[in-house]
Amino acid sequence: MTSLLVIIVVVLLAVALWQLTKIFDLTQVGTSSDDSQVASDNDNNIQGYVMFGFLAFIYIFTIYGLLKWGGLALHTPASEHGLLVDSLMNITWVLIFVVQFITQGLLYWFSFKNRGNKDRKALFFADSNKLEAIWSIIPSVVLAVLILYGLYAWNNIMFVDKDEDVIEIELYAQQFKWTARYAGQDNVLGKANVRLIEGVNTLGVDMSDPNAQDDIVVSELHIPKGKKVHFKMRSQDVLHSAYFPHFRAQMNCVPGMVTEFAFVPTYTTAEYRELSFMVEKVANINKLRSEKSVELVAKGGTALDPYTFDYLLLCNKICGASHYNMQMKVVVDTPEDYKKWLSEKTTLAQDIKAAAAAEKPTEGAESTTDTTVKVKDTVKAVIDTVKAAVAKVAVK
Amino acid sequence: MSAEAHGHDHGHDHEHEHHHKDTFITKYIFSIDHKMIAKQYLITGIVMGVIGIAMSLLFRMQLAWPEESFKIFNVLLGDKFAPDGVMANDIYLALVTIHGTIMVFFVLTAGLSGTFSNLLIPLQIGARDMASGFMNMISYWLFFLSAVVMLCSLFVEAGPASAGWTIYPPLSALPQAIPGSGAGMTLWLVSMAIFIASSLMGSLNYIVTVINLRTKGMSMTRLPLTIWTFFVTAIIGVISFPVLLSAALLLIFDRSFGTSFFLSDIYIAGEVLHYQGGSPVLFEHLFWFLGHPEVYIVILPAMGLVSEIMATNSRKPIFGYRAMIMSVLAIAFLSTIVWGHHMFLSGMNPFLGSVFTFTTLLIAIPSAVKAFNWITTLWKGNLQFNPAMLFSIGMVSTFITGGLTGIILGDSTLDINVHDTYFVIAHFHLVMGISALYGMFAGIYHWFPKMYGRMLNKNLGYIHFWVTAVCAYGVFFPMHFIGLAGLPRRYYTNTNFPLFDDLQNVNVLITTFALVGGAFQLVFLYNFFSSIFYGKKAVQNPWRSTTLEWTTPVEHIHGNWPGEIPHVYRWPYDYSNPNHDVDFVPQNVPMKEGEEVLHH
Repeated sequence: MTSLLVIIVVVLLAVALWQLTKIFDLTQVGTSSDDSQVASDNDNNIQGYVMFGFLAFIYIFTIYGLLKWGGLALHTPASEHGLLVDSLMNITWVLIFVVQFITQGLLYWFSFKNRGNKDRKALFFADSNKLEAIWSIIPSVVLAVLILYGLYAWNNIMFVDKDEDVIEIELYAQQFKWTARYAGQDNVLGKANVRLIEGVNTLGVDMSDPNAQDDIVVSELHIPKGKKVHFKMRSQDVLHSAYFPHFRAQMNCVPGMVTEFAFVPTYTTAEYRELSFMVEKVANINKLRSEKSVELVAKGGTALDPYTFDYLLLCNKICGASHYNMQMKVVVDTPEDYKKWLSEKTTLAQDIKAAAAAEKPTEGAESTTDTTVKVKDTVKAVIDTVKAAVAKVAVK
Repeated sequence: MSAEAHGHDHGHDHEHEHHHKDTFITKYIFSIDHKMIAKQYLITGIVMGVIGIAMSLLFRMQLAWPEESFKIFNVLLGDKFAPDGVMANDIYLALVTIHGTIMVFFVLTAGLSGTFSNLLIPLQIGARDMASGFMNMISYWLFFLSAVVMLCSLFVEAGPASAGWTIYPPLSALPQAIPGSGAGMTLWLVSMAIFIASSLMGSLNYIVTVINLRTKGMSMTRLPLTIWTFFVTAIIGVISFPVLLSAALLLIFDRSFGTSFFLSDIYIAGEVLHYQGGSPVLFEHLFWFLGHPEVYIVILPAMGLVSEIMATNSRKPIFGYRAMIMSVLAIAFLSTIVWGHHMFLSGMNPFLGSVFTFTTLLIAIPSAVKAFNWITTLWKGNLQFNPAMLFSIGMVSTFITGGLTGIILGDSTLDINVHDTYFVIAHFHLVMGISALYGMFAGIYHWFPKMYGRMLNKNLGYIHFWVTAVCAYGVFFPMHFIGLAGLPRRYYTNTNFPLFDDLQNVNVLITTFALVGGAFQLVFLYNFFSSIFYGKKAVQNPWRSTTLEWTTPVEHIHGNWPGEIPHVYRWPYDYSNPNHDVDFVPQNVPMKEGEEVLHH
């Protein structure tokens, strides 16, 4: 209904403006008709002032936006490298606002100042090597600084030291959910391929790999504060992107390859909830939600639950119709809580055994391993055939 | 007088003579006259633009008032995709996809570049027509065909392509992954393949024409900047469009013939697919090898039009003519080696990311030169605020605003957190969407008298510009903030994330601005179509411009000039030249005895 009203108002406004221009046109009857649609001195004057007004609009709208919506932007980063990212971001923002303020100012000020009239003659000013050198060199220097800072940060973030003590976790993406796999005691993830997906082994972990025996599969991500977490990402179907906005972390998940990203969380979920900006944000959201709830209840719906903050992992690469609802809760624990949580989880091997036992109480776990082996054998056979074929071609 | 006058032309260009009389079909439909083809491109572009913008308004309404029922959804999308007037999530993605495709390719590539390259290249360089009028005609009709195929794809049963305009596989390759990847995607690919053929024919024609058919005296450094940008744009197109064609063909192979160029290790709908050894990242490389130059294919012609219009309406030479040419060339060169900045987080080696950060940020330098040169052109000018001039100033403004945030997105470190959020949408809509659209509007207002022999109503033009300008900022400025809040793009609704509940008011504001701005484009449409028939008759050179197109008669004739083609004696920007009393000296006016060249 509101939208209909909006549309009606817009249409009426348009009609009104159209009538106005008709009146304008009528006032110009009798002037030489040929250049009546070319800007006159009067037009130049009016438009010059509107230019000036528009400059004011841009400045005011920018300031208004910063005050009103500035608080919406992601605040304190919850990861170690996030500080580096945000400091580079802030430097860049200062630069952007300075340049924006000056250039827009000049553009519209010159437009206003030099609005044309018949008595004016423009200055013939075709070029100046000095000026052009200035505005080639200054951006070059500024950009050189930004590039160097950016590359320094990028290399720090993206390259994980081989010897570093990290926790390896696999993030597994599929339409439209996330799953995590922990490496277990040995801190080495077992091999996996989607071709091995079967029953409870929904991630296609290769159970014949010794490293896979203690792997743990969960649907809620827990990570310890202060420890570097090295994510290895896989996708089972289409492209996804693992986006942790609060940790300033993101990486695509690509079927057929393993991608990676590592970061150190610096606030536990409980600590992050207590930060003053977050308390304020959550209060504001809950205010909006309770207002919405009143509306919903009036319409006969159910009220919305109040919101408490949790870190989230979102999908940020279009992945299908329900892309908008692909998320996983992320919990940052203290290292002790993390250890405790993880120790309570069963390993994938145990899950598989339990599932097999539940399904076929007589045959037990053997059949599962049988099929796994069978699949492996088939794959091997195919590979051998291909190898033989390639060898043949090579000989020829 | 047209046909006859042309018949008496015994200039140097006999090959262009036509003694036969035009029928309706050869004049208005299968025309080989570049001016008519330009108008055909423009009208097709406008029709596609109306569809593309209308789609964006629909999904903006869904974003502002998620899952609410609107009668109009049901009317336009039907019972399948909008039962009870509530937009379904798969058609939302389809709308987003087709909006992007139409606006980027059909409006801002063909509609903008096709229109003005065709109209202005022969007229401004002093040629009777394109090098190959026939190929030019084929180029338009292939474009028309591709538009028809694209529009047909809207009506297939499972819905049109909905994998985003970047159509990354595997999503775009597997109908199991999203319904739009069935027949809809096939038509999308076929349409693009035809479009690319059309674009290549057009580009080759532009390049050959500019190189070979310049009139006497029209050296490369006397070309108007419009021609320079069209020329360079055509070169970029010839280099990069074939790569997209190869990507599209390989994707068709993967989809229809079971090859594995882009697919590997996929388990979907309960079964393992046979694909092995391909990589979606390869597709991303191929796509963006065109996709990035494409944004310059879109924006460079707009820059050329704006440079020309600004000089004319400032009654001043464009500042730094040679620097402008150099910066266009620099941008063109750099544009082909920066595509990786779309892929920082694609899983490619981070070292490659560093390289692309470096090349990407370099583009800021020639861009800054251009922006400062435009601003300096206004300084101490005698500005004539015709609607075209307003749009030109607006274009510089949005280009700066949008371009500056490119420093964030082009920096791999900062891209980590704003990649694929609404921040990106705000950035590229301002810097290449709105800017190019402003360039196109500026061009239409400025060259309408040349195209139709009549004037557009200036007061409607003023209203059109100012409302559009306010709404464009109103839509895209707040969008930066919701992007910085971490809101991903291409989400059908944010209601599943209480975290984003405080962004909803901003979304409503954005949509309101979008609806008003969209509605006011009707002012333009009315002005455009009514002025074709009822506009004030134009004089030969209404803006008192120096370039050659204004030396042709108002009434269109084959071959453009009734007599000999004018010779060129000076550069195109002799406005307010102190050696002359009038404030403009057309290019075909010989130098006075002892007159010095006052520019480099």
